[in-house]
Amino acid sequence: MQYLLMIHGDESAMASARQADREGMMAAYGAYTHALKEAGVYVGGERLHPAASAAVVRIKDGRTSVVNGPYAESHEQLGGYYVIEAADLDAALVWASRCPGAAYGAIEVRPIWPVM
Amino acid sequence: MSQDAQRAAERVARESYGRLVAFLASGTRDVPAAEDALADAFAAALRVWAKDGPPANPEGWLVVAARRRLIDAARRRRVETEGDPALRLIVEELEALGEAPAPDRRLQLMFACAHPAIEESLRAPLMLQTILGLDAGAVASAFLVKPATMGQRLARAKARIRQAGVPFRLPSPELWPERIGPVLDAIYAAFAQGWLGASELRARDLAEEAIWLGRVLVEGAPSEPEAAGLLALMLYAHARRAARRDPAGRYVPLSEQDVGFWDHAAIDEAERRLGEAAALGRPGRFQIEAAIQSAHAARRHSGTTDWPAIAALYEGLLALTGSPVVAVNRAVALAQVHGPEAGLAALRALDGHAVLTDFQAYWAARADLEARAGVAGAGESYRRALGLETDPAARAFLNERLNALTREP
Repeated sequence: MQYLLMIHGDESAMASARQADREGMMAAYGAYTHALKEAGVYVGGERLHPAASAAVVRIKDGRTSVVNGPYAESHEQLGGYYVIEAADLDAALVWASRCPGAAYGAIEVRPIWPVM
Repeated sequence: MSQDAQRAAERVARESYGRLVAFLASGTRDVPAAEDALADAFAAALRVWAKDGPPANPEGWLVVAARRRLIDAARRRRVETEGDPALRLIVEELEALGEAPAPDRRLQLMFACAHPAIEESLRAPLMLQTILGLDAGAVASAFLVKPATMGQRLARAKARIRQAGVPFRLPSPELWPERIGPVLDAIYAAFAQGWLGASELRARDLAEEAIWLGRVLVEGAPSEPEAAGLLALMLYAHARRAARRDPAGRYVPLSEQDVGFWDHAAIDEAERRLGEAAALGRPGRFQIEAAIQSAHAARRHSGTTDWPAIAALYEGLLALTGSPVVAVNRAVALAQVHGPEAGLAALRALDGHAVLTDFQAYWAARADLEARAGVAGAGESYRRALGLETDPAARAFLNERLNALTREP
């Protein structure tokens, strides 16, 4: 089964982190991605620009509206994601616990619903 | 009620909780019914204590309150299920007890939880829930499972105990050797889960719960050397918890730990328990593991570590278990005796093993040995270890080692 790991975290903490801590975090993510690939679990994943760069589009009563900012304003924002192939939810949770973001924010694990 | 008062109340309450669950369920094998009946008494204790403060004898208070509720519940149930002999027996037994404490059948409950009919991965969670009263959410987090899923699995396992007729008694002498193993394994699994857990606070809590289970087991089975060996092993490891981080929160490997931060009273108890186990003259896996920890602990007096002895103990343990975890530890010990190349040669025995793709300890050990031997591949191994680590402090430690490696020419 495939799972989406959504990495939620505090963007301002990351932005104000010391250079060395930021580099350590990047190295940890690099190692984590590498470990996912070596274990044959990695399907995909990307880092996202900060939530301020987001735009939300809606069509209501036939009119399009575009709003600046993320869909949900909250302290912790979606900062990136992985898609992994895991035998079951338990295996996916183990991989989520290894994601560096789990120690600083929260990893939401969602099973992917195959439609085709 | 403050967090502390609640925690204190729960601590005192849990010995009685497990005893009463075990007692009530032993007649009917109906663990959920026992837990339901007790949940009331438990909630009442927390309510009353929050208002009036804990009583002078909190345990006695809880036992009396719980017993009253159990008798009420059993009476009500007897009306509904007239003629259920098991229930009638329990009511009679409870009434006959009067003010006396309920007989301790927690050991029987442990054997039921670790019965071969119960799926292996659920044995430790089941023990933590039925004997210590941990809720499904807490157990789920410790074992990295969704709370709803853990709740369902535990409910199914309890239904299985009743439906499949899993016995609530101590195994016969012929069955004892094969049945004690799973009990020991389950307690150690709870401890290891706590020990390796990502959050230091949660890890410590679960490790303490597992030590508690170990004490119950030793109390109930004093002539089982492996039970004492397991308790000693857990005490040794837990005694070092404060030394595993420096004041800045950084990870400190065992060989670099300041022995001043070790819990010497816990180590003394571990030595005593291991001595008692050894006196029974039947060595086993947990006694050997405890002996290895004892050899590490000796550094607090001698200032040095007897690596040849540790390597020999791992040799024996590997022959006994064939475990890849043991193989990694043996390689690390051999490296201390004969140098990093010898350690790497020992690690090669694991080449091609399927577990290696996500076996963190292997990559961390290999990285360290490759770096010390000055052979290629240390950077790659450090990256593999980093990617599989869950503990931020250990991750920072590995990252530091990796950086030190790339700084050198």
